[in-house]
Amino acid sequence: MRRLTWSAAAIVACLQLTRPLLGQQASDPIPPGELRSGREFVSPATQAEQDDLSVNPGMLWVEQGGKLWHEASGGEARSCASCHGEPSSLRGVAARYPRFDAALGRLLNLETRIQNCRTAHQKGTPLAYESQDLLALTALVAFQSRGMPLDVAIPPQAQPAFAAGRALYYERQGQLDLSCAQCHEDNWGKRLRAERISQGHPNGFPAYRLEWQGIGSLHRRLRACFQGVRAEPFPSGSPEFIALELYLAWRARGLAIETPAVRR
Amino acid sequence: MSATRIVVPAKANKGDVIEIKTIINHVMETGYRRDSVGRAIPRDIITKFTCTYAGEEVFRMDLFTGVAANPFVAFTTLATETAEMVFEWTDQHGAVTRERAHITVA
Amino acid sequence: MDERIVGDGIMGRNANASVPSRRSLLAGALGLALMPVSTDPAAATPEGMAEAMREALGGSPEIRPGRVGLEIPELAENGNSVPLKVSVDSPMTAADHVAMIYVFSEKNPSPNVVRFHLGSRCGRARVQTSIRLASTQRITAVAKMSDGSLWSATANVVVTAGACIDDT
Repeated sequence: MRRLTWSAAAIVACLQLTRPLLGQQASDPIPPGELRSGREFVSPATQAEQDDLSVNPGMLWVEQGGKLWHEASGGEARSCASCHGEPSSLRGVAARYPRFDAALGRLLNLETRIQNCRTAHQKGTPLAYESQDLLALTALVAFQSRGMPLDVAIPPQAQPAFAAGRALYYERQGQLDLSCAQCHEDNWGKRLRAERISQGHPNGFPAYRLEWQGIGSLHRRLRACFQGVRAEPFPSGSPEFIALELYLAWRARGLAIETPAVRR
Repeated sequence: MSATRIVVPAKANKGDVIEIKTIINHVMETGYRRDSVGRAIPRDIITKFTCTYAGEEVFRMDLFTGVAANPFVAFTTLATETAEMVFEWTDQHGAVTRERAHITVA
Repeated sequence: MDERIVGDGIMGRNANASVPSRRSLLAGALGLALMPVSTDPAAATPEGMAEAMREALGGSPEIRPGRVGLEIPELAENGNSVPLKVSVDSPMTAADHVAMIYVFSEKNPSPNVVRFHLGSRCGRARVQTSIRLASTQRITAVAKMSDGSLWSATANVVVTAGACIDDT
């Protein structure tokens, strides 16, 4: 505990010297020209693994998603293809998520949108968050937008969630008493032990993490961050995390989607 | 059967050295990890990978626990004739995942 | 040369249940490198590796450094998956080729990492895979030629623990 908190304490100490901590939002978002994808904070070998789709391990899940896409499921015996045609018809969709659904009256991310399709339209057995099938389908859909810039909108109905997500981003959490901003906005590029801190963008998810030895959702990554500061994570798929995801997507607008990214 | 991806040229000239890349979805559980109550998680790994070309084995890999999850391998072989290539992954229990690819050699 | 990607199979396995280990939690909390729990601690030593090499290569083999190219990062991004390329200087003819490539570890719980069976059908002696490294250590690659001679290369890899614990 001592060694980990030493580096965290050093960060906080630097902050306190340079900026008085008045209120929650002590930092500005990163200017568009300075946005850096997580890809720039991993080694060249890992970047190559991401860029070469023939060796990118995340593609195992994208392909599996491609199979699930054509499988009829549930009481309505509909597959994704029955309504959506080919996966390519969803090109551009991931770039605009999370998205407010007027009929449901709430914000949905890609995962919860697919979960909703499964139960509401296919009348099939629900897909659990972080299950292999949901990861595969989410990776497939996000992959259709690979290379496209994130372009989320914040209409009036999404404003409360956006504000909540932003507030969560700047709120100090956990035993280490750190906010997302203190690492990913104020100290990105600096080293935390042997790793360089990234700007914490969501543009590569679902991503293949070497640490997980498999693909995982953005919410799993957020849970890991919360654990990192010894805070109680919100459940995956929770409104709190979807609100945070909205803020993250807005903060990263313009960055190209890299799903399936390869990260450490 | 586990999900696999194989990259192999569809066509080649006789005598060309072609590169083949394969990856298979597999946890490669080492047997050294312990669960939250301290019990060892049993070992579960792929132990062998072979590539057979026109019925002859042209490449083999023995995998141990030190191979990363979702095992990837890239290797080369001489394009000798138009034929079928068979790729087989065998795990420690003897279960086999098999994929085929066809190559046309001019 | 146009390439195809072939894939057919069902991802039936729950391949990614990353079960947390108390030891790794403790190790992370104390700021130590993640230590795998070894069921055979004796193997996780240079002596263990020497024993594994004797077993694989027979008796007291004469292994000469050279002819083997070992490409591995000096600093591993993550010990779970470290890219490894091994190439051997050889004409790969029926009369003169690489028969086997062995990769050994001196600090992993198991000293045998991977083996490749080659032969003149390969055209070139060049293989690539990703391996696991439990901690900072030296990796050794040994090539056995068709005439029985043994050649080797070694490389040092630094492996660090992640900055933050991930118990998800």
